[in-house]
Amino acid sequence: MTIVYLAAAVCFVLGLHLMNSPATARRGNQLSAAGMVTAIAATAVQVVRSGATTGGWIALGAGLAVGAIAGLYSARAVAMTAMPQLVSLFNAVGGGAAALVALHEVSGHTALSVTVPTALDVLIGAITFAGSLIASGKLQGLVPGRPVVFPGTRVTTAALTVVMLGAGGFVAAGVGGTAAIAVLALAATGFGVAMVLPIGGADMPVVVSLLNACTGTAVAMAGLVIGNNVLIIAGALVGASGAILTKLMADAMNRSLVSIMVGGFGTGDNGPSGPGGPAAGVREISADDAAIQLGYASKVVIVPGYGLAAAQAQHAAQDLVRLLESHRIEVTYAIHPVAGRMPGHMNVLLAEANVPYGQMRELDEANAEFPRADVALVVGANDVTNPAARRPGNAVSGMPILDVDQAAHVIVLKRSMGHGYAGIENELYTNPKTGMFFADAKAGLAALSAAVQPLVG
Amino acid sequence: MTAQLTIFVLSLLVGLEVISKVPATLHTPLMSAANAIHGVVLAGAMLIAVTADNLVGYALAFVAAAFAAMNVVGGYVVTDRMLKMFRKPGDRP
Repeated sequence: MTIVYLAAAVCFVLGLHLMNSPATARRGNQLSAAGMVTAIAATAVQVVRSGATTGGWIALGAGLAVGAIAGLYSARAVAMTAMPQLVSLFNAVGGGAAALVALHEVSGHTALSVTVPTALDVLIGAITFAGSLIASGKLQGLVPGRPVVFPGTRVTTAALTVVMLGAGGFVAAGVGGTAAIAVLALAATGFGVAMVLPIGGADMPVVVSLLNACTGTAVAMAGLVIGNNVLIIAGALVGASGAILTKLMADAMNRSLVSIMVGGFGTGDNGPSGPGGPAAGVREISADDAAIQLGYASKVVIVPGYGLAAAQAQHAAQDLVRLLESHRIEVTYAIHPVAGRMPGHMNVLLAEANVPYGQMRELDEANAEFPRADVALVVGANDVTNPAARRPGNAVSGMPILDVDQAAHVIVLKRSMGHGYAGIENELYTNPKTGMFFADAKAGLAALSAAVQPLVG
Repeated sequence: MTAQLTIFVLSLLVGLEVISKVPATLHTPLMSAANAIHGVVLAGAMLIAVTADNLVGYALAFVAAAFAAMNVVGGYVVTDRMLKMFRKPGDRP
């Protein structure tokens, strides 16, 4: 049994390691899945050998069937743009399951080696369950994406913290029985809600990643409670690597974890926040003007933003790219770490439209290419291109940006002059070499393709 | 107990080392992959389910098994869907 669990653990570690590079990532996930099948099969053998009550078998079988079908269906049906909230939902149920394992096991134990991990498991598991559900709701738009703060937020959070830690202490000390555990679970659930509500939608990806690491830790605690090594190993592995990933994501977004948890940045709601319409000093151009610039360029850099994904315009973008490439124009995508809903999300969305990853440039590579580019085509991206970030004293100061203004010409495809998350004017739009092409991302790209066609055909 | 604590701590250290320099391209799939791995809590849910012998126990076991199965099945499928789309330069569908 232990040997089989060891084999599964090796698969998890090697699988995660293979995810360091795009070329081997899929194999890594498959290896990890093979490890999972092994671990579950070994557990099934153990369960069959130990025998069980009829009711236990029915509960287990029904639960497995319902969960597996729900997971399979949602994973297959989800649109790639809605993927972050689905991962958050899966994380929520994982945390919930970890907490329930300890809830079931606890009755009658008084040894510290069981009660302490039980308290931690229920505490962390309930927080991640509630927190991930709220995060998922914010990303989906079911819960307002803006930071939700009501009078007495801090007091409520503080009270919940006190109750949660107090009940946790009782459980860890092995006193208070079922009542203490119930109070702990409820207070931790409330704390999870209160923790995520005040955090803005723009920071949600980092929160989801953090809660993911927490679930890993809760699973490891569940492993300590029931004395199961594969839970301990896999849970600790996810807990630690998830913490590293959270740090990498926060760095990529130029946000510190502390300022994220304090909350209040970013609405997460896409779309213009101010009145639309061209403002003074902006040069508006037509699809034909833009097409001439594109058709006679030798190097074009496309800067996609969430607006492109929200309009489902990835395929329209790739159609335009194919057209330009057929005319021997070099085209690359410049992808800012926060171009999608979370770091790497835009890469997934473009990959879905059959863009090879070799054509996607990360921030530093892209900035080296802009000075050589004849045209930079910005589609649905805003704050990540704002040159104001290079100066101190405004909402985007210090944020790493794509140096779009280094290109010879800039075309911005955008629905209106609306602001981005940061809520400030983008100085790129008033730059003399920038032409604004006002259109929906999908319709605009299709119009560009149609206008470029006769030039390159 | 000491043995299990040792395993826990060593696994934490492995987790810190195993993903060192992941490109931002892979942050989303990696998070999803790690999310699928903690679905191993399904093993725990199975082990407690068979010891249940009253109505509350059955209910807990059912919910725990359903949650964990959703986590593990959905997690791996959605990660694979994402990674399947990452193609090498030059590959055409």
